Amino acid sequence: MPFSFSTKEILETVSMLQTEKLDIRTITMGINIQDCRDTDGVSTGKKVYDKIKGYARNLVQVGDEIEKTYGIPIINKRIAVSPVSIVGNGLSPAEMVTIGRYLDQAAQDVGVNFIGGFTALVHKGFSNGDRALLEAIPETLAVTERVCASVNIGTTKAGINMDAVYQMGHIIKATAELTGDENGLGCAKLVVFCNAAEDNPFMAGAYMGAGEPEVTVDIGVSGPGVVNRALGDLLGASLDQVAEEIKKAAFKITRAGQLVGDMASERLGVPFGIVDLSLAPTAEQGDSVAHILEHMGLDQVGTHGTTAALALLNDAVKKGGMMACSRVGGLSGSFIPVSEDKGMIDAVRAGTITMDKLEAMTSICSVGFDMIAIPGETSAETIAGMIADEAAIGVMNHKTTAVRVIPVPGTQPGDEVNFGGLLGYAPIIPVNQVGNGEFIRRGGFIPAPVHGFRN
Amino acid sequence: MEKTERIIITVLGIDQIGIMAMISTALAEQDVNILDISQTILQGFFTMVMVADIAASPMDVGELKKMLQDKGKSLNLEITVQHEDIFKFMHRI
Repeated sequence: MPFSFSTKEILETVSMLQTEKLDIRTITMGINIQDCRDTDGVSTGKKVYDKIKGYARNLVQVGDEIEKTYGIPIINKRIAVSPVSIVGNGLSPAEMVTIGRYLDQAAQDVGVNFIGGFTALVHKGFSNGDRALLEAIPETLAVTERVCASVNIGTTKAGINMDAVYQMGHIIKATAELTGDENGLGCAKLVVFCNAAEDNPFMAGAYMGAGEPEVTVDIGVSGPGVVNRALGDLLGASLDQVAEEIKKAAFKITRAGQLVGDMASERLGVPFGIVDLSLAPTAEQGDSVAHILEHMGLDQVGTHGTTAALALLNDAVKKGGMMACSRVGGLSGSFIPVSEDKGMIDAVRAGTITMDKLEAMTSICSVGFDMIAIPGETSAETIAGMIADEAAIGVMNHKTTAVRVIPVPGTQPGDEVNFGGLLGYAPIIPVNQVGNGEFIRRGGFIPAPVHGFRN
Repeated sequence: MEKTERIIITVLGIDQIGIMAMISTALAEQDVNILDISQTILQGFFTMVMVADIAASPMDVGELKKMLQDKGKSLNLEITVQHEDIFKFMHRI
């Protein structure tokens, strides 16, 4: 049987893995824990723990085996569970914290670095469980290491729950203060969503949505370095040629994700969910989304033209990835987290990128204000204003948006903080000081837009 | 047809005597059957791509990779070993 690959193709793949840091960012196992409810926090937590251990006990081992066989690094193995506010509806905040502790223990015992699903969906109002969970978030993020929390405060169909937006401003502040000795690290594990994706495999926002099956594996791919390399030979090429190259690179990256997903699904005996077509950067050299935009011809990300370049990139990644896998889901776009992207960090340091430009970019990228360190004294109202702005962009544009900001206690603009590992490091970015309190404190709902009623 | 499990080995390094001998001996010792070899010198660098069948080998891909990389160190070679599927997935629709 003749062998059908050219040396060029083989060396291209090898170079993607060796020098361009192609990796699978995460294999995330979604586990439905809605049947784990018992009379109190401890007994519910125990059931949750047992269920997670039952399904995920081989997750890390299988991930490592696939990594060895295919030579593709699989950076993270993670778990997402059903929203705890639903499972724990009727329990007290203290009992919610208890469930959080069991989630943390389960994550530690199966060897995953994050577990998502300490989640409430409050876009149309609060259940008792939602209220208890929200109250439990700061303490839970302070006493656990691996638990991630998320709260959905708006959808295109329901509008924006501004009471929840304001409350999240306070919760982010409280979480930062409770984890102040770690630079407010708790806030890195807390995402406020609008139009949250039920099958998002990326942390901190992963949870197992209500429409998902009993258990599933989802894949998050990465590979900014590969896309950047693909643009390397395109000196003077027009932007449609650039888009074409990005599509091709995205196809190849996503195929690797599909392969790993197929394998993981088969070996774990769990249905394959989706591939999230995302470019997820890390703070390491050569793994930056911002550098792709700069490679297109921007002197530094943040200048005029940045949003257009990001739009081209995001769209081409989706187009290239869609044909490469059987099912696309999650967030599927380019992440632009500040602390996790070398090019973004440099642009903030240089003052080229500001909160205003970041906000504009979030109307295009896959998420929103992501891993942005802001001054510790930023008020809850100002943070709520950021959340409201992101939610408005999400609601009006039918897209997922999110806020994951860290008001690092005791810091001023110009200081730098290090969150460690994949969470990276970031300069503190200045925020607008003009008051918005009266608007935020009005509360209530911002109604859904007309196009939310498409039927 | 017997079951095959194909891997792709790439070797990069400064051209020198004994590279092929070292690799092929090491593979033979582990019952790995070489199916195809393509070798060139690119800008002074020895570049080889080898396709091999490990169905009969006692080693899995990870073990073979470690073994070859350990041996390659003494000759200053960069060696990668990968399952064929990743190339199939990336380059063929």
